[in-house]
Amino acid sequence: MAADSEDVSKELANISEEIRSLRLKLADKTRQLEDLQAAQRADEADNVANERSANSIFTPRINDLTNDEIERYSRQLILPGFGVTAQTKLINSSFLIVGMGGLGCPAAQYLIAAGSGRLGLVDYDTVDRTNLHRQTLHTERTIGLPKVESAKRALEQLNPNCRIDLHKLMLDSRVALDIIKQYDVILDCTDNVVTRYLLNDACVLLNKPLVSGSALQFDGQLTVYHYGDTCPCYRCLFPVPPPPHAVTNCGDGGVMGAITGVIGSMQALEAIKVATGVGETFAGKLLIFDGMNGIFRNIKLRGRSRDCKVCSENPMITQLIDYEQFCSMHASDDDQPLQLIPSEERIDVFQYIDMRSQPHLLIDVRPQNEFEICRLPSSVNVPLKEILDNKFIERFANELADEKLPIVVLCRRGNDSQIAVQHMCNKFPSHAIRDLIGGLYAWHYKVDKDFPIY
Amino acid sequence: MSKSDLNIFLEFSAGAELLFGNIKRRQVTLNGDEKWTIRKLLKWMHANILTERPELFIQDDSVRPGILVLVNDTDWELLGELEYEIQPNDNILFISTLHGG
Ligand SMILES: [Zn+2]
Repeated sequence: MAADSEDVSKELANISEEIRSLRLKLADKTRQLEDLQAAQRADEADNVANERSANSIFTPRINDLTNDEIERYSRQLILPGFGVTAQTKLINSSFLIVGMGGLGCPAAQYLIAAGSGRLGLVDYDTVDRTNLHRQTLHTERTIGLPKVESAKRALEQLNPNCRIDLHKLMLDSRVALDIIKQYDVILDCTDNVVTRYLLNDACVLLNKPLVSGSALQFDGQLTVYHYGDTCPCYRCLFPVPPPPHAVTNCGDGGVMGAITGVIGSMQALEAIKVATGVGETFAGKLLIFDGMNGIFRNIKLRGRSRDCKVCSENPMITQLIDYEQFCSMHASDDDQPLQLIPSEERIDVFQYIDMRSQPHLLIDVRPQNEFEICRLPSSVNVPLKEILDNKFIERFANELADEKLPIVVLCRRGNDSQIAVQHMCNKFPSHAIRDLIGGLYAWHYKVDKDFPIY
Repeated sequence: MSKSDLNIFLEFSAGAELLFGNIKRRQVTLNGDEKWTIRKLLKWMHANILTERPELFIQDDSVRPGILVLVNDTDWELLGELEYEIQPNDNILFISTLHGG
C-alpha cells in the first residue's frame, strides 16, 4: 500500500512537471508565431508604401521626426499644448528610473511608449511571485530574472525606438553620482528611506530634478523636488529621518497594485512635463491620494529652506554621505532578522516538532488578516497588539494558571514573536514562554515546503 | 454649544489615523476662551485622543520626524509651525510620509 501511494505521488509530480514544461513550450511557440506574423505584416505595409511612391517625387521634410515616429506618436503630436516641439524634446531627453517595482513599472511603460529617447533602469533585485500583482512589466516567465532585464524585455515590445540602459546594482554613495549625471530627469520609484535621502542629495549636487512617488496600502504621494528656484528638496521637508520603527514597507503593510499604478503613471506624466517644459508640475506641491476613500488632495509646500543641509546657499553636505548610518536603516525593504531576546527563550522548528505531542499553548501573534491566509494546526490567534495591551491575560486565565504549561509564540518571520515573548516573560517570569525562531518562514523552508509563504 | 467654543476639524492620513483610533476625520471642540496654538493642540491631542504608541506621533513637544502638518491644505511651515494660532473651522491634517513602492 505504502509503495503504491508513493508511486502515485511520483506519477503526479511527473505529470505536473510535464504539463508545466509543455505550457512553457506552448508560450514560446506562440511568441515565435506572433513575432513572425508581426514581421510579415510590417513587410506587407512597406510593400504597399513602396508601390505608392514608385513615381519618386521627393517631398521635403519639415522636422526631424521619422514616419514611424509621426505615426506612433500621432495622438501626442495632435495634442493641443504638446505637438512636434514637445515631442522632439522628449525624444532628446533621458530619464533614470530608480526601482523597477510597483512605481517604476508603470512609469517606465508610459515614458517609453510616449517616446522618451533614453531610459536608464536601476534595480539590484530579481522578480518573485509576490511582485506580480503590482509590478506589471514582470511576468510569470520572468520570475527569477533580474528586474531590470525583465522590464527591458517588456519595454522593447512597446517601443523599439528608445534606448534602454540597465544598471543592475544597489544604488549607493559610491556609484550614484556617476550614474545620475548621465540622465536629465530622475524618478524616485524606490521602496526605502535610505535610498530616498541618497537620491535627493545626489540630485541636488548634480542639479537634476527629482520626480518622487511613494505608495503603501491604499495611499499614495507624489511631488517633484529640486526643480526651479523656490522648490524645496526632500531634506527641506524632512531634515531628520523618521525613527526606523515608524517606517512600514510594502512587504509588511501591504499595498494595492492599482495605487502604485496611479502614482507611477503620474510620475511618468510629471517627468514628461519637466523634460518638455509643458504645463505646471508638482514642484512645491504635494499630491496626497487616499485610494480607499477616493480623495485626491493638493498641498502647498514650503519653499526651499535657508537652513537646508544640502540645497541652501551654504550647504553642509557637499558630497554624498553614508545614508544607512544617517537613517539607522538598511537600503532595502527586506526585513532583517532580529535577535531581541536571549537564545534560551527561543526554540527552533525541530524542537517544536519534538514537543508538539505534549500539552502546550501555541500563540500566533500575526494580525487576523494574515492568520486567515495560513496557520499551523492548533495555533490560536492573538495579534501582537492584544499581547502588548495585556488583553491575552484574561483570555488565557486558565492556561496561565498552570505554570508548567509550555507556551510557544510564533509569527511570520520571527521578529514580532520575540517582542511578544519579551513582554509575556516580564508578566509571567516563571512560565516557560518561547519564541519560534524564524516563524512560519522557517516552517516553510525547513519543515514543509508546501506550506504557503507570503 | 457656548459662544466661546472653538470648533476645528482634525484629519489623519497615510497611516497616522492608526494612532488615533483609526478615525480619519473628526470634529473637535476646544475652549474658545483660550488662545490655541498647534503646540497646545498637540498636548491636547496627546492627553485626549492619542490611543496608541505616543512616540510614533510626538517627539520633543512637536510631531515626530516624517509627519507633515497641513493647515487648510497648506504646509504648517508657511504658517509659523508650532506657534500658528488656530482659527475657527480650521482643517488640520496630519500625514505620515510614505516610503514604499
Ligand atoms: Zn533642501
